[in-house]
Amino acid sequence: MTALVKIYVPLETTALSMGADELVLALLNEAQKQGQDIEIIRNGSWGMSWLEPMIEVETEQGRVAYGNVTASDVEGLFRADFLKGGAHELCQGLTREIPYLKTQDRLTFARCGLIDALSLNDYQANGGFLGLKNALEMPPQDIVDQVTKSGLRGRGGAAFPTGIKWNTVLHAPSDQKYICANADEGDSGTFADRILMEGDPYSLIEGMIIAGLAVGATKGFIYLRSEYPLCREILSEALLNLRDQGFLGKNIYGSDKNFDIEVRMGAGSYVCGEETAMLNSLEGKRGMVRAKPPLPAIEGLFGKPTVVNNVLSLASVPIIMAQGSDYYQNFGMGRSRGTIAFQLAGNIKQGGLVEKAFGVSLRELIMTYGGGTFTGAPIKAVQVGGPLGAYLPNSDLDLPMDYEAFSEKGAVLGHGGIVVFDDGVDMAEQAKFAFDFCAVESCGKCTPCRIGSVRGSELMAHIQAGDNVAENLDMVRELCDVMETGSLCAMGGMTSIPVLSALKYWPDDFTGRSRK
Amino acid sequence: MSQKSSDNIPIEHAQWDGIEAQEVISQYADMAGGLMEALHGLQAAFGYIPPESYPLLAEAFNLSKAEVYGVKSFYHDFRSQPAGRHVIKICQAESCQAMGSRSLTKHAEEMLGIRLGQTTMDGHISLEAIYCLGNCAVSPNISLDGRTQGRMTEAKFSDLVKRTEVQS
Repeated sequence: MTALVKIYVPLETTALSMGADELVLALLNEAQKQGQDIEIIRNGSWGMSWLEPMIEVETEQGRVAYGNVTASDVEGLFRADFLKGGAHELCQGLTREIPYLKTQDRLTFARCGLIDALSLNDYQANGGFLGLKNALEMPPQDIVDQVTKSGLRGRGGAAFPTGIKWNTVLHAPSDQKYICANADEGDSGTFADRILMEGDPYSLIEGMIIAGLAVGATKGFIYLRSEYPLCREILSEALLNLRDQGFLGKNIYGSDKNFDIEVRMGAGSYVCGEETAMLNSLEGKRGMVRAKPPLPAIEGLFGKPTVVNNVLSLASVPIIMAQGSDYYQNFGMGRSRGTIAFQLAGNIKQGGLVEKAFGVSLRELIMTYGGGTFTGAPIKAVQVGGPLGAYLPNSDLDLPMDYEAFSEKGAVLGHGGIVVFDDGVDMAEQAKFAFDFCAVESCGKCTPCRIGSVRGSELMAHIQAGDNVAENLDMVRELCDVMETGSLCAMGGMTSIPVLSALKYWPDDFTGRSRK
Repeated sequence: MSQKSSDNIPIEHAQWDGIEAQEVISQYADMAGGLMEALHGLQAAFGYIPPESYPLLAEAFNLSKAEVYGVKSFYHDFRSQPAGRHVIKICQAESCQAMGSRSLTKHAEEMLGIRLGQTTMDGHISLEAIYCLGNCAVSPNISLDGRTQGRMTEAKFSDLVKRTEVQS
């Protein structure tokens, strides 16, 4: 027997969807055949999703990565002496030196990929719970002020200052308050919440505990979409571990504070990502949007003051509390402070997660990190910020990734999802889909969204058939105006954004001139 | 190849059993907002939400049967009848569209002889739309019996379907 070698194979949805479990079996079998002692560690993903399954071998120089490894590559890897970091066509070199990763600003995702997601030792050895320890020694107002000063804004899409929301809840008098983590990551092109929950679940939980200390809440919920079953398993185990170790429950970490968390599952409804619909769903009701006011911060879950934050907003809190608000605030541009996790998706060569300070350009993300389109065809459109975000043309890709710069353009940064389309896309089809999606997912509470979406889809079908195109396009514009101004929430209110941006930049796709 | 097919465990459907249903429901009856969890529990047990469970749910959560039905029918996940032995969901959202999910869907529909939302006559496969599996860096995606499969191609799809046939 030779010395034991550690091999990291991610236990993460993308890696699994590309055959990681079969790969583990093949590695174990081959190692046994060769009389080689190996230990397989299931880490999270580094976010270099296009390389998944990306395995790493621990060597004296550091962890050496091999990308896109399938079970059939295993024999060859052993022949190439990969356990010593041997050369092989799949070898990516030292993980920490891969440019895609090396040039990122990893704050929220510092531990993702590095550690075994469920190892509390790994978590604490890499800065975990430093923020909580600091928070436990601070009065609530000081915690809130530190988060406010950091400039952190809601990462779910609405970009509301997190500290201000917390302050409202802190000062709302109540016998019971709640912390809700919105893990209903439904936007197409987004997967950062999932990568975090699968790769570093304790950071989300630590953020929720700190939020509880800050506003005086003793109970938290994670509202998780049902499409993420692996997250549920990992989070549930993480919560058990933390209860065992005294980080959750009564007298957390030996203090006089109490806090506990439950994971609740959504059931395939997109609109439940809207915070008030989410609260209704958590209450066991239909996921109908509520009119605001009252704000959830005043009357939220079960009518009590509630902090509703996105997963990444909460997971960014520990580092702010550990390193101080200035540290975090020093990243970014303008009023967009800190970092944001961009997600490169769609027709892209190197899809994955890129955490960068605000201000990086869309083009740099797509070309330098993403490597251009997967198909190699020219880029026609890029949708940023999910299904309710604008389609941007190639000429707009120099836009800096900043909340204000995007809103000036009538676009949305949202949750940082970037979906690239090559020149094969028909933008009229995409505009119709925006209405169709709204029709499928509308909660039905307000008329502009419930009926407007269906009428919009019908109008688009006429336009695509070349039926009274000019007249119908005018109606689409008018309908968009009604939906935008008359809808209760972003579902109906922002469906106009993808529709009108498609119409603005690619009018030929609508008038039929460029239709095949 | 043949060993791999055991990965995809077909969804089992239980016959209606009032006692079992009551056992599932009572686990969640004291939980604030527990109706959603109870519905998930029933679907896990029976493969769908049997209408016979509405009065039990109404009783447990102090609601009317209409309110229970209202919640059940709001969510895409909760089924009114059992699905096929295997469930294939094809992502229809933007990222997968950009990677050819429309033609993949057409291929699937032609191969299985059904449309999205339908089940094959022999009850073998249900084909469904899903809007984002959160695996968008390796689009297009499908899920087979709850397992996401990335970078799907028509050939890979046909192969997966064939493997489900070998198995049952």
